Amino acid sequence: MQFFFEVLIAGLLSGVMYSLVALGYVLIYKASGVFNFAQGAMVFFAALTAVGLHDLGLSLWLAVPLTMVAMIALGLVTERVVLRPLVAQAEITLFMATIGLTFFIEGLAQAIWGASVRGLELGIADVPLDWLLDHANMAISQFDLIAAGIAAVLVAALAIFFSKTKIGRALRAVADDHQAALSVGIPLHHIWGVVWAVAGFVALVAGLLWGARNGVQFALTFVALKALPVLILGGFTSVPGAIVGGLIIGASEKLAEVYIPPLLQTLFDTQMNLGGIEGWFPYVLALLFLLVRPEGLFGERIIRRI
Amino acid sequence: MFYREAGQFKATYAEDNRIFPIRQDRIVFAFIIIFAFLGVPLLASIGLVSNYTFTAILTPFLIFSLAALGLNILTGYAGQLSLGTAAFMAVGAFASYNFMLRIEGMPILVAFMLGGLCAAGVGIVFGLPSLRIRGFYLAAATLATQFFIVWCLTKIGWFTNYSSSGVISAQKIAILGYTFESSMSKYLFVLSVVSVMALLAKNMVRSNIGRSWMAIRDMDMAAEVIGFRPMRTKLMAFAVSSFYCGVSGALFAYAYLGTVEPEGFNLDLSFRILFMVIIGGLGSILGSFLGSAFIVLLPIVLSITIQFLEHSIGLNLPSGIGSSIELMAFGSLIIFFLIVEPHGLARLWQIGKEKLRLWPFPH
Repeated sequence: MQFFFEVLIAGLLSGVMYSLVALGYVLIYKASGVFNFAQGAMVFFAALTAVGLHDLGLSLWLAVPLTMVAMIALGLVTERVVLRPLVAQAEITLFMATIGLTFFIEGLAQAIWGASVRGLELGIADVPLDWLLDHANMAISQFDLIAAGIAAVLVAALAIFFSKTKIGRALRAVADDHQAALSVGIPLHHIWGVVWAVAGFVALVAGLLWGARNGVQFALTFVALKALPVLILGGFTSVPGAIVGGLIIGASEKLAEVYIPPLLQTLFDTQMNLGGIEGWFPYVLALLFLLVRPEGLFGERIIRRI
Repeated sequence: MFYREAGQFKATYAEDNRIFPIRQDRIVFAFIIIFAFLGVPLLASIGLVSNYTFTAILTPFLIFSLAALGLNILTGYAGQLSLGTAAFMAVGAFASYNFMLRIEGMPILVAFMLGGLCAAGVGIVFGLPSLRIRGFYLAAATLATQFFIVWCLTKIGWFTNYSSSGVISAQKIAILGYTFESSMSKYLFVLSVVSVMALLAKNMVRSNIGRSWMAIRDMDMAAEVIGFRPMRTKLMAFAVSSFYCGVSGALFAYAYLGTVEPEGFNLDLSFRILFMVIIGGLGSILGSFLGSAFIVLLPIVLSITIQFLEHSIGLNLPSGIGSSIELMAFGSLIIFFLIVEPHGLARLWQIGKEKLRLWPFPH
């Protein structure tokens, strides 16, 4: 039972990290209706740039803001060069353009910083928390807890940004209806620029945390793919959905990885190694979930007319 | 001036129903087919077409065209976005391998068909969610196919005949005692299969079933109201599309690579095929071929260009940078293409035809 809780909590905490990546997708989808496949590449780019600058001898306090500037620039350039010419095109065309963007950003990151795996030290040790180990005899990583805390702060900050500031209100207006927003005088391109910059910021936070956890390497882009089931579970347009979806996916995939392979082995009576269920379980879970609720947990209800 | 249909009258129903109603089109098409079947081998026999051209350009081009055709049926005609194409190809390849391996004296073409049918079965199962969900939700859900199938093929040893590395070596292609060994014979084999299947596809999308796919694509509610059965139509699209992908996967393993592992059918391959469909043109058979040619040739042209630059300017790039720049160029070309012509190469061809009709007069 204790082991179960240990796995569950570790899963929830890693789920928070998925949520962080998923947030970036939601932000852009909400505001512009673009499914930005390049979010994963942005996470990779951010992490690699921060580490690269740090390795050049800059302190983290300098490297991270500089990366932030780079991410904002990247976001603005993307909006200007890729999205603006494609305005009013079919969704799938925009989606394909962001896949093209993914290739470009991945290539750019590796052309500048090289393809080798780099370590990132944020100064938070990835060790079990002593207090919990002593009292409840559970090994919960300190790093994961702090990462979850950072994610919580980020989400709260975004929520305030969206509901209280002028730009936030404009963002929500744009998300609701592009044309109506435009007609009441909201500068659409300006808003999209802001969204891409914010998404870049979220990518930076996610990149730093994931990079510190797994090392900064190309595999970071695969982590971003894991954010997709989170998205479909939570709904493409919902920030809380991204969080809850992330928690569900994180917890269930870790539990599945621990408990399902032995079950399958006894079921089929084999000694085969059936590990690696993590790789597909979230997708299948999300798929089954969609069969029940096609719009995700918190997605807007789809009303279809002829 | 030359490309005019003036004076060509359709006197019978059959003439009205032709694939190429314009005589000039028929001539050009016949020329292309004759050139592909006879001209290319002739050129090869006098040494103008090298072995490399067959193995690295022509054969993969045809195989990917078939896969793109399959995906185009699903995405372009029936409107269901899928990111699991490579998984269906994997099913086709591994199923054919097992049929050949486990059944004595199995004819290879039958094995390919059975492999395609297996892929179609898998396609129907994973197509079921499309009845409830659409758009990007469906695209993300099809990722389940991609990861689940590859995991199954990797982990369950029976599929790979318990090979320790998970790599299978495809059996030789032999029909009626003739073994297709040389790269040219493999090319001809692939060409025949692809031509027949492309003809079938062209006729399918012009028929009742194709029209029902397009109705579902354009507005599924309306299609349902006027009497198309969405379940049957969508699952049919998944089945046919997966069949094409499955056969192309089998060709990919047998005629192109020879040895494959499940990981070879990864998400990257799915994306590449999706690119072919988008760049070639959604909902166009010709587009699948054009897109495939573009995506197969692009990396080759890029790497040649970079090599050329390195030699001519003495530009000395550190190792690894070259491939990164290729990646960047690939990405930006795709974006560029989407911006310039979002409807794909097939649309460019159409515009070109319109222009040709008037040429050399302004109106």
